[in-house]
Amino acid sequence: MPSIDQIIRDSQIWKSIFRHPAPVDRRNRVVVMLTNFFLHLHPVSIKKQGIALSFTWCMGGITFFLFLVETVTGVLLMFYYRPTLEWAYADITALRDVASLGILREVHRWAAHAMVITVWLHMYRVFLTGSYKPPREFNWVIGVILLLLTLLLSFTGYLLPWDQLAIWAITVGSNMARATPILGHEGPGAALLTLDGIDMITNASDARFGLLGARFVGEETLNRFYVLHCIAIPLGAALLMAIHFWRIRKDGGISGPL
Amino acid sequence: MHGHNTAEFLQGVAGFIGCYYLAIAAMNATAALFLWQTGRARSYFKISGLTFTTAHIWLIVSLAFTMMGGIALGGMAGILSLPSGLRATFDLLMGPMTYTLGSLVILSILYLGRNFFVKPMVAWSGLNLSLLFMGLSLTDYDFAQIVTKPDNVPIVAMVYLLGYFTWLSAYRAVQNDTRIANGEGPLESLDDEKVLVWPDLVYTELICMIALTVILIVWAVALQAPLEEPASAVKTPNPSKAPWYFLGLQEMLVYYDPWMAGVVLPSMVVFGLMAIPYIDFNKDGNGYYTINERKFAYITFQFGFLVLWVTLIVMGTFLRGPNWNFFGFYETWDAHKVEALNNVDLSEYFWIRTLGVGRPGAPDGAGMLESIGWILVREAPGIICVVGYFAFLPPAMVLYSKFFRKLFVRMGFLRFMVLSNLILMMALLPIKMLARWSVNMKYFISIPEYFLNF
Repeated sequence: MPSIDQIIRDSQIWKSIFRHPAPVDRRNRVVVMLTNFFLHLHPVSIKKQGIALSFTWCMGGITFFLFLVETVTGVLLMFYYRPTLEWAYADITALRDVASLGILREVHRWAAHAMVITVWLHMYRVFLTGSYKPPREFNWVIGVILLLLTLLLSFTGYLLPWDQLAIWAITVGSNMARATPILGHEGPGAALLTLDGIDMITNASDARFGLLGARFVGEETLNRFYVLHCIAIPLGAALLMAIHFWRIRKDGGISGPL
Repeated sequence: MHGHNTAEFLQGVAGFIGCYYLAIAAMNATAALFLWQTGRARSYFKISGLTFTTAHIWLIVSLAFTMMGGIALGGMAGILSLPSGLRATFDLLMGPMTYTLGSLVILSILYLGRNFFVKPMVAWSGLNLSLLFMGLSLTDYDFAQIVTKPDNVPIVAMVYLLGYFTWLSAYRAVQNDTRIANGEGPLESLDDEKVLVWPDLVYTELICMIALTVILIVWAVALQAPLEEPASAVKTPNPSKAPWYFLGLQEMLVYYDPWMAGVVLPSMVVFGLMAIPYIDFNKDGNGYYTINERKFAYITFQFGFLVLWVTLIVMGTFLRGPNWNFFGFYETWDAHKVEALNNVDLSEYFWIRTLGVGRPGAPDGAGMLESIGWILVREAPGIICVVGYFAFLPPAMVLYSKFFRKLFVRMGFLRFMVLSNLILMMALLPIKMLARWSVNMKYFISIPEYFLNF
């Protein structure tokens, strides 16, 4: 009598999903990498040192995993949280005190902090092993942009609980934009942009206003940061990550000359 | 001012500190077991016929920490503290200058003595000492307040992770450098046989994901995410701090105006990072850890990352209190602490203190262009310094330094200008720090009329 395992593997449903036998021999271990959508990001075979933990520290992979954790917990939190002055703080309080899966907020916040740290450690490793050297120069540039997006993701998310910690951190952070040369109303050179004696750069038209959507951190800012945090930046980061991973393959692995 | 009861506070932290010491004890016991099991324990010294190995040493350390854990759990955490006189001396000695220069000196010593400090025995001792220092400090109310704040816990973790990975990379680099000096290839070249991704990599990834999920859930259960009072636009907290990863930039505000600290210098950091692969022409050190083969790149990067980025974040997080004043590890954050600020502009130094005349200024009723002209005269000393810094230093480096001349020849004009200007940009911060600490320099160029203070 065939085992249940065998019956499942021989069924039409299973075979329609996985187009190869179990990866127990060399041939099928190769085939599984080629036919599985999620696995095909990887090459079929890889240099032994390319997967040695003492060499890679696994930080790039961990960062990607944390991004996935953030996406999943973030989507679940979006079901609950309303980005308005009336509800934002109340919803976060309810997540803490009442909601049965309120712990998702903790996971989301700690994973976000962890992600900032692992991005730094990943770049640290890439630098120390000289892995940005040719032919991987451009992938390092993409990585720097991804670092920036990670920081912006964390920064925009910081505002959403709408507590004292949130608005004042964002106020301190965004006050810098006020001093942008030329484009900030307290920045050097802004006074030169006048038309018939009327200032073009004011506190209602400068870089900070563009960032906050208002003269100070308020409801417009909450909405703006919410959209940036949940949609715009994650989409941009996902696109760049796809290119980042694809180029690792095309550039011949994670490090070393081609 | 304290508003806390020392006995009550000690009672509250005793459980945590006790577990903390027991965890370190377990860590050392594991190390001893590992050394003994793998046969890596080396004999260290002999006392009356008994041979002591490294495994014994860590076992003894483990026993000591177990006893400390017992003392803390037994309700006597108070005796496991640094003497208050020592803590007061620490606070007295510490300031932005001693902290920053001290970090630089320590990192330089670690770098120069790397062959010694990367030895596992030495590094492990260092880890134990730092954990002991943390433990002894945790009985201090002010230290505990700031270090165990939920949002600060990741930063403590980051400091240890960075320490560990810096050690690991240097350990491998020192090994590789020795091998290369002996004419062998780096360690990484030993492992260039190929393995199949399934199962070797796929399973590593799976285990990694499970471990991380467990860590995140435990972390989330153990530590509640911070939530303060509802936002209020009229109640400004003191200190108001940016998110922790931007605190290095906020710290720069002490030395530079927002347009530099918040816009220009961060943009240069991003631009400089992106430029690295295009200005580092050194083909060595691609795909393995090494220091000797790329000393200039290594030192420049570590100075920028560890000294100018990480230590400033640590200072901004743990040592900057109300009004952004500096507070030592064991100092109470007193909002009424007053620090004398009598910083002086370069133009004042030049016109008033050196020449003994007033600062030149436009006569009443002068037109816009005329007043700008007078401002330029007033700020001429600073403007000459800054223009000279950026325009004359790069060629001077080529002319007078053999090292930079070699770089120039290898890199060509454009690359060299990018490199030298990035380095000069990076050096602006330490230069301004030194000028502030030594002669209270406020601004080299001070044109508040146009928000252009430099």
